[in-house]
Amino acid sequence: MAQVQDIEIRDSAARTAAAEELQDVQGEKMVLNMGPSHPATHGVLRIVLELDGELITKADPDVGYLHRGDEKIAENMTYTQFIPYTDRLDYLAPLANNVAYALAVEKLLGIHDKLPPRCQYIRVMCCELARISAHLLGLGAFGMDAGAITIFLLTFTEREKIYNLAEAASGARLTTSYTRIGGLMRDIPPTWCAQVKQFCDEFEIALAEVETLLTRNRIWVDRLKDVGVVSKAMAVDYGLSGPNLRGSGVDWDLRKKQPYLCYQDLEFDIPVGSVGDCYDRYLVRQEEMRQSVRILRQCLQKIPGGGTNDAKEPVSIPDGKITLPSKQKVLSSMEELIHQFMLVTEGVNCPPGEVYFGHENPKGELGFYINSRGGGTPYRLKIRGPSFINLSILGELLPGCMISDVPVVLGSLDFVMGECDR
Amino acid sequence: MNSLEFANKIKARFGDLISEPAEFRGEISIKLADAEKISDVCQFAKSIGLDYLVDICSVDNYGEDPRWTMVYNLRAIGNGAEIRLKTDVPEEKSELPSVLPIWRTANWHEREIYDLMGIRFRGHPDLRRILMWEGYPHHPLRKDFPLAGKPTDLPGVAFTKVTPMEGGPFVTLPTGGDSIAREPRVRTPEGAEPGLSDKRLAKK
Amino acid sequence: MQAQSEYGYNSKIEGDIVLTTVDAALAWFRANSVWPMPMGLACCAIELMAVGASRFDISRFGSEVMRFSPRQSDCMIIAGTVTYKMASSLKRIYDQMAEPKWVIAMGACASTGGMYRSYATLQGVDNIVPVDVYVSGCPPRPEAVLDALMKLQAKIKKEPVLQDLVAMKPLMK
Repeated sequence: MAQVQDIEIRDSAARTAAAEELQDVQGEKMVLNMGPSHPATHGVLRIVLELDGELITKADPDVGYLHRGDEKIAENMTYTQFIPYTDRLDYLAPLANNVAYALAVEKLLGIHDKLPPRCQYIRVMCCELARISAHLLGLGAFGMDAGAITIFLLTFTEREKIYNLAEAASGARLTTSYTRIGGLMRDIPPTWCAQVKQFCDEFEIALAEVETLLTRNRIWVDRLKDVGVVSKAMAVDYGLSGPNLRGSGVDWDLRKKQPYLCYQDLEFDIPVGSVGDCYDRYLVRQEEMRQSVRILRQCLQKIPGGGTNDAKEPVSIPDGKITLPSKQKVLSSMEELIHQFMLVTEGVNCPPGEVYFGHENPKGELGFYINSRGGGTPYRLKIRGPSFINLSILGELLPGCMISDVPVVLGSLDFVMGECDR
Repeated sequence: MNSLEFANKIKARFGDLISEPAEFRGEISIKLADAEKISDVCQFAKSIGLDYLVDICSVDNYGEDPRWTMVYNLRAIGNGAEIRLKTDVPEEKSELPSVLPIWRTANWHEREIYDLMGIRFRGHPDLRRILMWEGYPHHPLRKDFPLAGKPTDLPGVAFTKVTPMEGGPFVTLPTGGDSIAREPRVRTPEGAEPGLSDKRLAKK
Repeated sequence: MQAQSEYGYNSKIEGDIVLTTVDAALAWFRANSVWPMPMGLACCAIELMAVGASRFDISRFGSEVMRFSPRQSDCMIIAGTVTYKMASSLKRIYDQMAEPKWVIAMGACASTGGMYRSYATLQGVDNIVPVDVYVSGCPPRPEAVLDALMKLQAKIKKEPVLQDLVAMKPLMK
């Protein structure tokens, strides 16, 4: 006769305790290397897991497989020459990194609040487009690792539209290097704003589609709910930032708390989670994408000069000691020639001092600590990569989870190895 | 409480050990005279509300004594006030207490500083390399370590060679001082192996 | 040769017609089903994912499955910066791939070390694995990656597979 037995699903603490009780009976634990080349580790991350059956008892992340020596390279380059390296930090949102770095150097110069308004609005639009792009890829990869492979194709179609916009503005799809110290590389083309508006309309439909596929999906919710819970105190203690911090209930967003560019003039909400599990972090990112679209629409209304810039609003500070002067003047006038020469050979002359500037990147707080002793190259540039700090929590978060929870936890933390290892 | 009030409170508690708060670009920095007391100062800072450690950075003042400067960026997550706490470590010692018991995020920060700069942290439970591989003999971010690297023995199949730098990017001299003193320009390291392209041409 | 009497031709006069035809067929099979092993390390991996997505669709070239298992793949696409720390893992995975195998070095960092001329970056992945196609770009456009795949297919189609086997030559040079 068939017997019906209830399967008891216990929480992770009870499971670990039960596993430890059975330790003598069950035998040794297995050490599994989730190697640097793995489809679910989102880049070159190595985790050494100690398993007891399916339960993880110890996890030791091993990073550094993409350490390229950015900080040492920065000590040898002028500030402008380092901009392409910032693209490759969080390579899912290169526009945001460019803005972060440019603002850090501009803070050192003391001009970060004196940027022309059109430049500020364009930078905000670039940051928000980068935020949508990064969250889309995070979601796509996350879905693919958890088994929802359609999401990957849906999100990538929307990302291609953002790539088109980035290419129209800066010339490159992925590694844009769009900002310069004191402004932008060039103004946006006249049809750009109309394309952004069209993107916003199409994106909201696509986002709704992703919502219907995932948010109330039984399998998705079961896999994500109450997995990888990060409490508020733990999040602050471990220095988490971005959606990971907000998913745990801490209301901290640099765009609201330490506003930069023109964020004070824009209306948007900050989604904050309550439980701190993977599902909360997923919902926070979904809502952030919607709020980014809201910000984009407001910027399109308010941008000085409008889409076509008939009034010829400047996009860079017109100071020859900071921004390159226009080529006609360089080839005809002595003063501009000297400025061009000094800026290209020696770089922007920054005063001695030190600054730290934290920027709200899609992955968290990307911070640049610049220690300058005068001149055009930094004496020490430290990049505070949010993914480096977000990953340090793995050692405490994974033990107690099942091994099939690992891709879910990694996907919900949404890190990028480029800014982790630098 | 804003940043200046936090700094003044710390100064009031520790007296002469802490310098006067200095302001640059809207940021307050205070300097701690004795690196050994960093743990106590940070403990006090956390207790008055600076509960978020944003970043720990190390600076190599090559050619000056003390050689290392440690920079702690602290923040109060409640109201957003930030202060910067700096302290100097002399090269002979190259060691200071770890702040891991105070903020657990310091774990990986300190490992990275040990890996790249070579400063040790007393009381850190697991001080090993994090970005370079275990057994790498050098500390790459020091000013006297060349950008092109030094050849090492790497376990396994690969090797490490000196990066070919001819015709290449700017490299600065390892001295203190401003940009003019450090002379960023294209430099061919003396006695370096010729670049790969030269070797391939030489074979033909 | 048995083939001589069966097919009624003299191989000394007409050449190894049967073997070249079989060769052409085998090479055609191989070229049109190159299953890539994406060694996606850094930013180029994102463009590789874009190549695999719907707009640039690598599967219309036969590279439908991006198998992360080296035993089941034909071509290793090294997309991203190879650091010294990663180099030994990469060589190990290359060794685990079954013959015949090819390598595409995608991007400036994989080809020559790219703009990271520093102490930690391997200056070109051809120091440790033999590369068939180099793709320039930082990152290369997806069209460039598809062009590299087509060049690789052209290279594969020219390989005399069975003729070398009969002549007892090593299969992979």
